[in-house]
Amino acid sequence: MTEARVLSATGVCGSGFREASLLAGIAMQPHFIGCDAGSTDPGPFSLGTGGTAFPLRAIKRDLRLMLLAARRAHIPLLVGSAGTAGGAPHVALFRRLIEEIAREEKLAFPMALIHAEQDKAYLKRRLAEGRITPLAPAPEFDHATIDRAIRIVGMMGEEPWLRALDEGAEVIIAGRSSDCAIFAGIPARMGVDPGIAWHAAKILECGAAAVVARPSPDCMFATLRDDHFDLTPLDPALRCSPLSVAAHSLYENGDPFRLVESSGVLDLTHATYEALDDRRVRVHGSRFEPASRYTVKLEGAELAGYQTIVLGSIRDPYIIRQIDSWVARLTERVHARVAEVLGGDAEASRYVFNVRVYGRNGTMGPLEPVTEIRSHELCLVIEATASTQEIATTIASMARHQALHLPIPEWRGFITGMACPYSPAYIERGAIYRFCVNHVVEPDDPYEMFPIEHVKVG
Amino acid sequence: MAKLGELAGLIRSKNAGPFELTIDILFDDAGAFERVRASGVLTREAVAAIYRLPAAQVKFFVVPDALAFKASIPRPRFQSDVLDSDNHGGQQYAPLIDIEIP
Repeated sequence: MTEARVLSATGVCGSGFREASLLAGIAMQPHFIGCDAGSTDPGPFSLGTGGTAFPLRAIKRDLRLMLLAARRAHIPLLVGSAGTAGGAPHVALFRRLIEEIAREEKLAFPMALIHAEQDKAYLKRRLAEGRITPLAPAPEFDHATIDRAIRIVGMMGEEPWLRALDEGAEVIIAGRSSDCAIFAGIPARMGVDPGIAWHAAKILECGAAAVVARPSPDCMFATLRDDHFDLTPLDPALRCSPLSVAAHSLYENGDPFRLVESSGVLDLTHATYEALDDRRVRVHGSRFEPASRYTVKLEGAELAGYQTIVLGSIRDPYIIRQIDSWVARLTERVHARVAEVLGGDAEASRYVFNVRVYGRNGTMGPLEPVTEIRSHELCLVIEATASTQEIATTIASMARHQALHLPIPEWRGFITGMACPYSPAYIERGAIYRFCVNHVVEPDDPYEMFPIEHVKVG
Repeated sequence: MAKLGELAGLIRSKNAGPFELTIDILFDDAGAFERVRASGVLTREAVAAIYRLPAAQVKFFVVPDALAFKASIPRPRFQSDVLDSDNHGGQQYAPLIDIEIP
């Protein structure tokens, strides 16, 4: 009988876990430690700036504990989607953190870096060959999109991970990876049914998220045998139930039964969930259908402009009851001022002026079904987005002044109709980004988009 | 009559990637789940009406093992695009709370 034991440190490297849980997992003799470090959830800024969603000190704390545990137990450490977005600067950052920790802790080991940032010439060639196709819904994707993009990454499958291990790596820092691929490759190769391996991986990549109630992020342990897997939360205060594990398959997936990976589809239609005791759950029946064509998902970001915002609030009930027409009049005046001040500037011709009204529909925008305003005050976020920061700030500053003194029919004379908590009233948000691709590539093999670089640490 | 929010253990929304929004309605007990299922009120069409979409654009699932309903829709704005108001998609479920269940 095959038995693969897997320790997942947490749902995102940098979000934390209990050290005691990690050590309890090590005591169960895992074959490896895995950890996902990425997500598109924080938005496109990580792809755009090369920065991370979690603070570096928090990432380093998690990496240090995982690395020490893996080295002491003589097992591999697999960290995927380094630095949130998994591009070149993110992998370089994680490499630097690992090297710092190794120096501080006097560790030495062979490490592999698996790169996921894509060469623009390669993408243009595959696009011209008709081997880049859209998912739904997807923005336009053509040669101009590739040129405009700041960074495009591919989402690797399990194959580059296994190759890096075969080539001698004991620690792997990978760029953008399928979250599940970090955890599925090793057990499947050991002989666990692929459906079981991928379903366990889907649970493991989120750390302790599949427990009944999770007060804070923590580790998760899975024991995979030929045709089933058992889940054991490592904090004794946490428990899994058949319902909590079944419900986890819904989280952040468009389809709760079919999860698409590069090499196939995980089908949970026939999965069954059984309580082993009051905190451990056994899963049977998950299936993996191999794909007829191997595809790699792309993620990319482009510059959307530079943004400056003004925060303000309104307490006057007469303004609140006419807020929609007040915003419309403000917008009209701002456009008129832009024409007067920036009219000759071609750079300034494309800008977006937007007013978010919190207390009215700031959260849901035009989809907000509640029309009555029940609050005695409103918060405004006045936004200018333009091709330069200077233009955005010019527009936001003019908008502040127009908003302050915009007249309403109820009052005669000069009013000040908005409260501003800050001086200066505007806040420069810097460059802002948008996701610009939701497509898949059909490569010749699972490796060509993900070069493996071996480095000696220590 | 009861509101869906009173019967469910959790109603939540979240990004399913930057281009799709997914809504989960989860129950703690089979009785409440079956009551909602039998009512026929919580449907693809009901979700489509709330988010002002053609029904064909709504994916709708009943997941008995998880005592759950799930709907996925194209994001009203792509995640974090200039006019998007909810980067994580986490606060788009509120109108579902008030659905009346016989």
